Amino acid sequence: MSALAALLVRDIRIGVRVGGGALMGVLFFLVVVTLVPFAVGPDLALLKRIGPAILWLAALLASLLALDRLFAADHEDGSLDLLLMSRAPLELVVAAKGLAHWLTTGLPLIVAAPLIGLLLNLDPPAEAALVLTFLAGTPALTFIGLIGAAISVALRRGGLLLAVLVLPLTVPVLIFGVAAANAAISGPMPFGTPFTILCALTLASLVIGPFAAAAALRQEME
Amino acid sequence: MALTDLANPSRFLSFANRAIPWLGGFTVIVLAFGLNQAMSAPNDYQQGDTVKIMYLHVPSAWLSMLAWAVMSVAALGTLVWRHPLADVAAKAAAPIGAAFALLCLITGSLWGRPEWGTYWVWDARLTSELVLFLLYLGVIALWRTVEDPARAARAAAILTLVGAIDLPIIKFSVVWWNTLHQGSSFGLTGSTIYPTMLIPLLIMAVAFTLLFATLHLAAMRNEILRRRVRTQRLMQASTAN
Repeated sequence: MSALAALLVRDIRIGVRVGGGALMGVLFFLVVVTLVPFAVGPDLALLKRIGPAILWLAALLASLLALDRLFAADHEDGSLDLLLMSRAPLELVVAAKGLAHWLTTGLPLIVAAPLIGLLLNLDPPAEAALVLTFLAGTPALTFIGLIGAAISVALRRGGLLLAVLVLPLTVPVLIFGVAAANAAISGPMPFGTPFTILCALTLASLVIGPFAAAAALRQEME
Repeated sequence: MALTDLANPSRFLSFANRAIPWLGGFTVIVLAFGLNQAMSAPNDYQQGDTVKIMYLHVPSAWLSMLAWAVMSVAALGTLVWRHPLADVAAKAAAPIGAAFALLCLITGSLWGRPEWGTYWVWDARLTSELVLFLLYLGVIALWRTVEDPARAARAAAILTLVGAIDLPIIKFSVVWWNTLHQGSSFGLTGSTIYPTMLIPLLIMAVAFTLLFATLHLAAMRNEILRRRVRTQRLMQASTAN
């Protein structure tokens, strides 16, 4: 257990230091959201209506950022081999790395989302609902992304392939995340229905992600 | 000959060489019969002639899903038994499945234009088929990116199985998403099809399945031969030094 805690602390440190994904992810998130009014025009009513969708899409793209380095960096410096040989179950090792990734890229996005939501004319109840759907949904993005990161670990230029592999798999999370946020803002659907399905998707990906990623790493590293 | 004998690539090759002409001939006959039946089937009272597109469109959609199922079974073969022939089966099925998915999307668009007035709607079924097409392209990209075939097979197998879990979720979730935003623009409410149309459709489905079997067998044969050529080239290169 202490080995997993040490790994978690190590990955968080790597994440927040120079070259890590934490602040870069928030910056990227801000830039993507800033680009939208230039593309669709500065109509505040329109931005308010499509705001949750824009924020979810930006969060989805931002969560991909550091993903291609998640296992690849460990693979290059050899620490992945040590992780594979360690006595801790590889599934838990992978889950710990996923948790560290979410804490350094997902959590900053959630903190930043209300501020950035102001740019899109979202009112406080809408922002609260959005933060809630982010809290419930972004772990799923990370843990689905783990699978892609593990599959493309040994590839040069794996980053683009990673996006192509992972993004179609995140479609359900995007659908229910945006659906829940919109339900809280404008109805007519009760908020709970899409939100519980979003939670279910996250729970399922918390299980499937580490097992599939660990299987992929074992296969890749033979 | 027992079915397990086919696990040997050489025996599989000789079986494929014997089976492909028969299977191909049978496919042509059933396809010709099915097309004939489809063309002589009665027109829809509203849609007129365009309903004939259904006889290509619906079997394509079914086959695009069947191909993913075949890939999933092959992926289990790859991961559990480490069988090279399962790798070959999975690799050969991906482009064929992608082609069926594309055929389904194109015929659907061409059908949608006269009936709905637009080539594309973000309807549940269209969207999930498009995502299926994207997943096929992702798997093909993965196959082409990893150089070592055995490693590519295992990576693609994991992606295929995750995709197999995800596909029903996508299908289910877009139905949901659709009902939130807009009513279904088109639905076969009371999807009972009249027998004069159903029978040609089923014949076409059988014909498409035979077509898939033929193409899959041929693609597997080609892949085995391609791997043998690759191995011989590698051996040649290593002895040349």
